Amino acid sequence: MHRYVLPVLVAAVAAVSTYALAASSTVVQSDKKFSTTEMTISKGDVVVFKNDDPFTHNVYSQSPGIAFELKVQKPGESSDIKFDREGTGEVRCAIHPQMKMKLTVK
Amino acid sequence: MEMIRRDAAFSAGTWFKTAPAVALTVLLFTGGLGIALVCAQTPPQPKPWKTLAEYKKDYGRPASVPYLADNPYSPEKARLGEMLFFDPRLSGSNAISCASCHLPGIAWSDGVPKSFGHAGTVHVRNSPTLLNLAWTEQTAWDGRTIELEGHVKGPIANPRVMNQPHDQLITELSAIGGYRTLFKAAFPSDGITIDNVVKAIAVFERGLVSGEAPFDRWIAGNERAISEPAKRGFLLFNTKANCAACHSGWSFTDSSFYDIGLADADEGRIKILNLPSMSHAFKTPTLREIGRTAPYMHDGSIPDLTRVVEHYNRGGDVKRESLSTDVRPLNLSKAEIADIVEFMLTLSAPAKPYPVPVLPMIDHAAR
Ligand code: HEC
Ligand code: HEC
Ligand SMILES: [Cu+2]
Repeated sequence: MHRYVLPVLVAAVAAVSTYALAASSTVVQSDKKFSTTEMTISKGDVVVFKNDDPFTHNVYSQSPGIAFELKVQKPGESSDIKFDREGTGEVRCAIHPQMKMKLTVK
Repeated sequence: MEMIRRDAAFSAGTWFKTAPAVALTVLLFTGGLGIALVCAQTPPQPKPWKTLAEYKKDYGRPASVPYLADNPYSPEKARLGEMLFFDPRLSGSNAISCASCHLPGIAWSDGVPKSFGHAGTVHVRNSPTLLNLAWTEQTAWDGRTIELEGHVKGPIANPRVMNQPHDQLITELSAIGGYRTLFKAAFPSDGITIDNVVKAIAVFERGLVSGEAPFDRWIAGNERAISEPAKRGFLLFNTKANCAACHSGWSFTDSSFYDIGLADADEGRIKILNLPSMSHAFKTPTLREIGRTAPYMHDGSIPDLTRVVEHYNRGGDVKRESLSTDVRPLNLSKAEIADIVEFMLTLSAPAKPYPVPVLPMIDHAAR
């Protein structure tokens, strides 16, 4: 009985972390840039927007399907957004218009 | 120099601009950085102040000017654009040119709080300098127009600015033999059209780049180029006074939008982008040639640089919800304020006269 515990545990952890990886991605805001310029996720996935800058950011999208709006994020703050609909478009920062990335929800 | 290319690639929409290879390298680099940051899950740290030598490296001048892929530079376009910019026949009254409110002698601004347009109408905002806008994607104080190309048709047709319907302008220009020749040379396939007026003027404007100032000679290594108070001012600008949170890079602007707490009814960018943070937000202006472009701000409400720094030192005048978190009481002494002003004055190049172009004549021969 005992010798099954470890493999089962490993499998469980692996399953959970695979699930976690698939379901949640992080975009970091640093030096007034997003950490990536393009991202593709699956319907139902969560994106964590994390402000690692000493400045305030205001991330939003007005593209059909993926439109959302975060409140301003002070330095260090993180916000999660769940994308429930398919769509593709641009995520931007209202304050710093040079911050933009393409997001596809499949 | 590599830092400047990054600026050019990023400020104006990577897909638009001409240096795709550079843009790609930058994207790959930032992408990689992002992954590293995600993995490390670094807790937020207040950025420690850097040394004077390190700050100097953040302000090197760019090696080249960015042009749009669908409106590349040509000397014919630049020359024609300069004539059109200075030609009052672009207005309905034939009395106002672009240069009426963007004068070369005062760094392409106009010296009054709010400009006078068609028939003396007072404009709603202050006329900004046109220097270094090739590096800015959003033009106008509220960023309502895109690129310099996007901000030509508006002032010509606006009844409060130049009051000239575009079709009438094309008829008028077509009657001027010199323009027919100049447009043919710059745009061989379609000659005089409103879109070509736009392209020529924008190519001319992209060439309006601030000259080498004492500050540039200082960061290049000449310790005598600026005074000791100005050097102290530069360090304060980057540290205690927090100016570089927004006025960053060689042109001293991040081309971003902030409410800095001015007491004025103009709501600014929120009319363009309806998010609460954009209430009373305006674009960070360049500080190049700043000593020449008084009065200051989108409403021309601050008459001199000392009063500008005093405004920031108070943390702004109106503490609204939208006030930027980077505008807050600074606790600067009178001497520190004077040092920052002294530093800003080193951002002006030695003044040079600007020769006004000779404009083409109408046709005199009988038809
Ligand atoms: C009556 C005065 C007046 C005239 C004439 C005028 N402008 Fe302006 N210009 C302004 C003012 C005022 C603003 C600021 C407007 C705003 O931001 O809402 C401005 C803004 C601009 C900007 C944006 C600058 C920036 O920092 O983003 C550009 C570019 C520009 N003008 C180019 C032109 C061109 C080209 C012409 C001629 C076709 C012209 N202007 C004619 C007063 C004038
Ligand atoms: C939060 C961002 C931010 C910070 C911090 C900031 N500025 Fe500004 N600055 C702006 C914006 C935005 C404007 C235009 C505001 C307007 O007209 O509504 C501006 C305008 C100015 C102007 C007038 C420019 C012109 O052409 O009219 C000067 C000069 C200036 N700032 C200097 C400074 C100095 C010096 C500091 C530090 C003490 C500083 N700024 C800090 C964003 C900032
Ligand atoms: Cu931002």
